[in-house]
Amino acid sequence: MSRCVEETSTTISNLRALQQKLDQQLNEDINEKMYWKRKCELLEQEVKDLKSKKTEPVRSKIATMSSEVVDSNPYSRLMALQRMGIVDNYQDIRNYTVAVVGVGGVGSVTSEMLTRCGVGKLILFDYDKVELANMNRLFFTPEQSGLSKVEAARDTLTNINPDVEIHVHNYNITHVDHFDHFMNTIGTGGLQGNSVDIVLSCVDNFEARMAINQACNELGQVWIESGVSENAVSGHIQLIHPGRTACFSCAPPLIVASKIDEKTLKREGVCAASLPTTMGVVAGLLVQNTLKYLLKFGEVTEYLGYNALNDFFPQFNLKPNPTCDSNACLKQQKIWAEKAPVQKEEEVVEEKVLHEEDWGISVVDEEGGTTSEDLSVTEGLRLAYTMDKANNDNLQENLVSVDEGTSLEDLMKQMNQL
Amino acid sequence: MVDAATKKTLAAIPLLKTKAGPRDKEEWPMRLKEEVTSLIKYIQNNKEADNDWLRIQSNKEGTRWFGKCWYIQDYKKYEFELEFDIPVTYPSTAPEIAIPELDGKTAKMYRGGKICLTEHFKPLWSRNAPKFGVAHALALGLGPWMAVEVPELIKRGVVVHKDDQPSGE
Ligand SMILES: [Zn+2]
Repeated sequence: MSRCVEETSTTISNLRALQQKLDQQLNEDINEKMYWKRKCELLEQEVKDLKSKKTEPVRSKIATMSSEVVDSNPYSRLMALQRMGIVDNYQDIRNYTVAVVGVGGVGSVTSEMLTRCGVGKLILFDYDKVELANMNRLFFTPEQSGLSKVEAARDTLTNINPDVEIHVHNYNITHVDHFDHFMNTIGTGGLQGNSVDIVLSCVDNFEARMAINQACNELGQVWIESGVSENAVSGHIQLIHPGRTACFSCAPPLIVASKIDEKTLKREGVCAASLPTTMGVVAGLLVQNTLKYLLKFGEVTEYLGYNALNDFFPQFNLKPNPTCDSNACLKQQKIWAEKAPVQKEEEVVEEKVLHEEDWGISVVDEEGGTTSEDLSVTEGLRLAYTMDKANNDNLQENLVSVDEGTSLEDLMKQMNQL
Repeated sequence: MVDAATKKTLAAIPLLKTKAGPRDKEEWPMRLKEEVTSLIKYIQNNKEADNDWLRIQSNKEGTRWFGKCWYIQDYKKYEFELEFDIPVTYPSTAPEIAIPELDGKTAKMYRGGKICLTEHFKPLWSRNAPKFGVAHALALGLGPWMAVEVPELIKRGVVVHKDDQPSGE
């Protein structure tokens, strides 16, 4: 009996000890939890402080650009261009608005250059987010991953130069829902509610270029198209003045020819390569041409290619195609012809109208394609393909016949029930 | 040039007549009727050739399209959701077809899961605009892409058939 009592009391005291231990453990846990909670709060506060510090520009706005050489004046070296007689009035840059479409490898650097040059207003368009996969390019930093490109760019650019008015639009311009807004912004986004002074295309796909081309043709807006090839070793810029120069759909895209045979280019398993160097060079050429155009110095180039493998820069002037696929382009050609017959005659530079008869007789190879020589437009430049409909595809004419009596809804229903 | 089989498939898809994009309010509905008629014919052709591989539909405005495409290997059906928008410059410019669920799984894709087209696609599309429609884009763009990329994705184990996935997923 006493053994039983003894055993019970031992159990009780064991249980008490255990309870005490658990209580202590619990207290420790609670303390630890409290500690981490507090630590989290402190860190959150710290992040908040850092963020607010980051968005607060280091310097305040500067009312007028001065050429005074003091270490606090960010414009002295730019204003020196005026003293040296390169530019007549550098300060004019503050009156100009530039729209940059696409804030990727080329567009972000382009925006940074324009911001550092002190352009009046920048309008940025992009629908993409910053990703770690973008880090082989310039401008964006890893901690910006996940942010929209335009917003991340605005933060960085405002910090670099608070004098530049920056507007951003986070959408895809090729969408029907956004295109009208895009056109309206180009048409009225200037500092005085006028159209922007120039549009810079820094997009990476044909569809977006065609959308910009359409908008600018309709508005008669001057723009510069830019691009880096998918193999990352060539690039180009092309000034498009609707009606005066070839638009983007006047001819198939031009390709800066490298000595690499395109047929040997290995595209298996990969879409596109990219190099920060080529993108940086193209952004530099693009902004240089923009500055020359806006501030009226030097010669504004119409087409400039960059072949990185051979360090060759083909140059070319392109006249519009009188049979262009874009009606808005044809309209602008008419306006230009009426407006500037004199200027037209004064132009003496080598120019080419890119329509079919100028491409020469294409030699059909065994596969039914054309050889690259036939597509050449000048040394180091060729068309991506021909528009020769006759000898290429041999698709039989098999035209759709729509049942007039069936409504679209019914046709769609029919399709869904297949 | 595209291979003979694709060429034959293309030739059997009715070509469209109306040159209109989604911004042409008046003519777009007619173009849409042509698109849908052509697509119905294409899907029927596929069924007859024992090569049924996709279903597709659009929103009411015909500007956003979505559907399913599948690939059969070793008697197993691998199915994917596809989507694309009709760009404002359509039909001069082809739609960019995307399979978002494969985004990041293959290098033959652009951001957002847009498929990487062969060098033949754009010249052929441009030369045949505005007669080519959605059915042609699928036959010339997505079909060949699937035929090359899906077996590769299966081989690499990136795409696993739903019956072969570990339980609990
Ligand atoms: Zn044109």
